[in-house]
Amino acid sequence: MSDLLKVSSSPHVRAKDDTSRIMLYVILALLPTTIFGIVNFGLKALLLVCVCIATCVASEYLFEKAVGKKSTIKDLSAVVTGLLLGLNLPYTVPVWQAILGSIFAIVVVKMLFGGLGQNFMNPALGGRAFMVISFAATMTHFEYDGVSGATPLQLLKSGEMVNTFDMLIGRTAGTIGETSALCILIGAIILILLGVIDLVIPGVYILSFVIFITLFGGHGLDSTYIVAHLCGGGLMLGAFFMATDYVTSPITPLGKVIFGICLGVLTGLFRIFGNSAEGVSFAIIFSNLLVPLIERVTVPRAFGIVKEQKPKEVKANE
Amino acid sequence: MNKNLERLYNGLWKENPTFVLMLGMCPTLAVTTSAINGIGMGLSTTVVLVLSNMMISALRNLIPDRVRMPAFIVVVASFVTIVQFLMEGYTPSLYSSLGIYIPLIVVNCIILGRAESYASKNPIIPSMFDGIGMGLGFTVGLTLIGIVREILGNGSVFGAVITPLNDFHISLFGLAPGAFIVLGFLVAIMNVVRRNMEAKGKPLPAVQGCLGGDCAGCSLSSACTGKSLVHHVEQLPPVDPKDVAKPASEAPSVKHTANAKNTEDVEKSGSDSSYADDKEVGKGENK
Repeated sequence: MSDLLKVSSSPHVRAKDDTSRIMLYVILALLPTTIFGIVNFGLKALLLVCVCIATCVASEYLFEKAVGKKSTIKDLSAVVTGLLLGLNLPYTVPVWQAILGSIFAIVVVKMLFGGLGQNFMNPALGGRAFMVISFAATMTHFEYDGVSGATPLQLLKSGEMVNTFDMLIGRTAGTIGETSALCILIGAIILILLGVIDLVIPGVYILSFVIFITLFGGHGLDSTYIVAHLCGGGLMLGAFFMATDYVTSPITPLGKVIFGICLGVLTGLFRIFGNSAEGVSFAIIFSNLLVPLIERVTVPRAFGIVKEQKPKEVKANE
Repeated sequence: MNKNLERLYNGLWKENPTFVLMLGMCPTLAVTTSAINGIGMGLSTTVVLVLSNMMISALRNLIPDRVRMPAFIVVVASFVTIVQFLMEGYTPSLYSSLGIYIPLIVVNCIILGRAESYASKNPIIPSMFDGIGMGLGFTVGLTLIGIVREILGNGSVFGAVITPLNDFHISLFGLAPGAFIVLGFLVAIMNVVRRNMEAKGKPLPAVQGCLGGDCAGCSLSSACTGKSLVHHVEQLPPVDPKDVAKPASEAPSVKHTANAKNTEDVEKSGSDSSYADDKEVGKGENK
């Protein structure tokens, strides 16, 4: 207790949380998913994840050196970005593409806008979007057990049935980190217990997505279909690890709900009416862009303060 | 002759339309998928720019101020039509790859900007050099963007394939977002070079023209609302510490007239966009 109390002006009680600690928690929570991905897809997956992390950290260090800023690699945010980006790639992606994607994520999406806390979209997803557009062939080519095959979502889209138990465990084709819903849920529970994320955004996201596909998916309340959609693709990974990114999600209570609904509806739209089978990353990026607007309209009223009357519009002289 | 060279320098470097003034962004971002397209677009714009600048400069005393915009457009559109037919006849492949952006040269803001801010107030020869400088600056900008995008997106330069890059195409750079990113990086590089040159003691004139107070040489002056403000604030007599210290006898009256003149001018330019102001400038030059 004596550690927590400081004789100074307020605040008197300080938490131990800082950026690097929270990032460490996130890395910890991602470990089950990462390990499962490596076991599932082999050493190539390990190599890819390591390359992404190393490139992200190195490019953050070099960029800050080049522009003469204080180095921020110790806050571990670049490690998290690299890890998330690596988990978002199919394990067959060539290494040089992963390097370019990592550089784009850190330099263009994060550092050019002012570094951690200033980026307008999730860097890992920005890097992934860059790669999906630039290297469409390798980014949408999936293999499992050395055999190229469709992801469960692609099967669903073409009307075939899928084994939801395999999808829950993660024995399917897909990106390194998205296949096992179970591992992601374990990580999510760790994050929630540690108080790093709250359930509002992922909860509203998943709920609104379920409602959307029930209404428009064409299968009604078919539980297999809904579970397959929930466990398939990047939905779980996106909902718990990327939509909850502090920088790019709203902080107002109502804003979080609106943000979640946006995510759910957009993901549903992309998955059901879009060309490709997957839509989570673009849904999150698009909602990231709406965050400043959402926050502006959902500023909560401070306790005891009467809502300010709008001043009468003064006619501008121009 | 010196003035003509200054016009060339102005267009190519000091007020480069692509990297400094950021004018004509629509063709800049849309057609620069390859270096050839960049050069083609740049040169055709240059031809139109030079011819229209000369024509408008020659007609500058005949065109009434109130209808100058339609008059400029007619002149520009005529030259664009000529260029369009020539390109369709002699360079059909370039014509088809540039597509709609050739006729859109009519509304290119570089051309209207130069007509409005330079050609309509200056003699024919400087206007011609102004057109050449601006046009070449535009061409250089577009070609640079085109080269970078072609190398990264397509692995070739001017259509010649670079073999080592065969497996390393980044298709994003062939698309619109790539154009924005490349433009941003080139502008950043240019700003760094500029800053280094300034630091080395070669003072460059203020970028964006406006703050320098030289509105005649600024191609933004037609769209600029703040210019009269800056202009007159600068013309205000500097407040002498003696005046402030003096007991109020003479100082207030001097200040009062200065202020009145200032507000009057601001209101005038505010109420009638830039017409009233430009008319006065025009009259002054015509005399």
